[in-house]
Amino acid sequence: MNKLSLMGLFGLVIRRDLMLAMRRRADVLTTLIFFVIVVSLFPLAVGSEMDMLRKMAPGVVWVAALLASMLSLGRMFSADYLDGTLEQMLLVPQSLSILVLGKIAAHWMLSGLPLVLVAPVLGLQFDMSGQALLILVLSLLLGTPVLSMIGAFGAALTLGLRGGGVLVSLLVLPLCIPVLIFGTGAVIAVTSGVSPASNLSLLGAFLLMSLLFAPWVSAQALRISME
Amino acid sequence: MLEVKELACARGEQKLFSDLNFRLAGGELLQVQGENGRGKTTLLRTLCGFIQPLEGEIQWQGKSINELDEDYFANIVYLGHLNAIKDDLSALENLRVSSALSGSTISDSAAIAVLRRMGLRGRETFPVKLLSQGLRRRAALARLLINKAPLWILDEPLTALDVSAVGLMQEMIGEHLRNNGIVIFTTHQPLEVSGAVLRRLTLS
Repeated sequence: MNKLSLMGLFGLVIRRDLMLAMRRRADVLTTLIFFVIVVSLFPLAVGSEMDMLRKMAPGVVWVAALLASMLSLGRMFSADYLDGTLEQMLLVPQSLSILVLGKIAAHWMLSGLPLVLVAPVLGLQFDMSGQALLILVLSLLLGTPVLSMIGAFGAALTLGLRGGGVLVSLLVLPLCIPVLIFGTGAVIAVTSGVSPASNLSLLGAFLLMSLLFAPWVSAQALRISME
Repeated sequence: MLEVKELACARGEQKLFSDLNFRLAGGELLQVQGENGRGKTTLLRTLCGFIQPLEGEIQWQGKSINELDEDYFANIVYLGHLNAIKDDLSALENLRVSSALSGSTISDSAAIAVLRRMGLRGRETFPVKLLSQGLRRRAALARLLINKAPLWILDEPLTALDVSAVGLMQEMIGEHLRNNGIVIFTTHQPLEVSGAVLRRLTLS
């Protein structure tokens, strides 16, 4: 037997969650399909006025990404809570924060990363320029991990509550507003000919801040919820 | 060594027990008894550190478990009402994951040997959802055999087990006690471990 390092624990939790998700692919696909459908509804409903579509594109994609990420939050801890594996996780001797960080990373790979990858294709429906698409992808790449981290905190706090799914959205959505503002701001800046650097830097700052605090805060929230 | 001093616990508004004192050294076996709703599970979960006691203190090797925090978790194995195994994974994958979560990796051959001892021969790689309740419990109990932690906290370990598995469980507890381990358990079925003195704690 070998002692498991912190990195080993981090990798193990990611592998475990990805393996579980691969055995239940439908759960992963629902988030992605929801995102694709919501974004595609807008051009259909609003009509094909190119100017208007181009203007609303960043907002629509970002709001849809935000809602789609809410959809999968309920699953982050609840399955493990129901079958008792979460209790065992709380007894991990290395570091619960690292374990939670691993769960957040796995959650992002399954619900955030697919959105980032499919966003440029959806952007084409709105006649976005190549540069705007690039910045959109970049802003989502920086922003969606933050959504997963804030979401983890909400999911941990509402664990085991009735109607937790709705409650977690009410709790988390307001906290995500800054990410939404700077995410869309970056794309709007580039389409109006200004540098998106400041918006992207702020998103990067949010990412670092939440990396620092979210795993620890979520770990404490889990301990409180499991009492 | 585990020492409990003047422990009091409550669930919600209701006080379950108070002034609980006991001390367990290596090789000792403690059965927690009491009617339904007396706080057996609450006591065991408090000993795991999931629940903060209302009053009193729990000490491991002379230090408060709140102080030891994650160092304490390396010393315990907890088996709750829930099996804590994933239905979509096989017994082997479950065992490897729980071994890693308890702090050490285990080779496939060692894991298979443990599962065979638990009576899961030929079913090691089946998804657990295809197994019966009793076999799932056996897969969960396999965790005890791969963990080197000295303190076992077992909440109704015999649920859904057949006669041969109960015998195996008694044998495992006996071995653990001979290795200077400590076992705390609750059960409503008779459990006799040869060569060990059974201490009883009744919550009322």
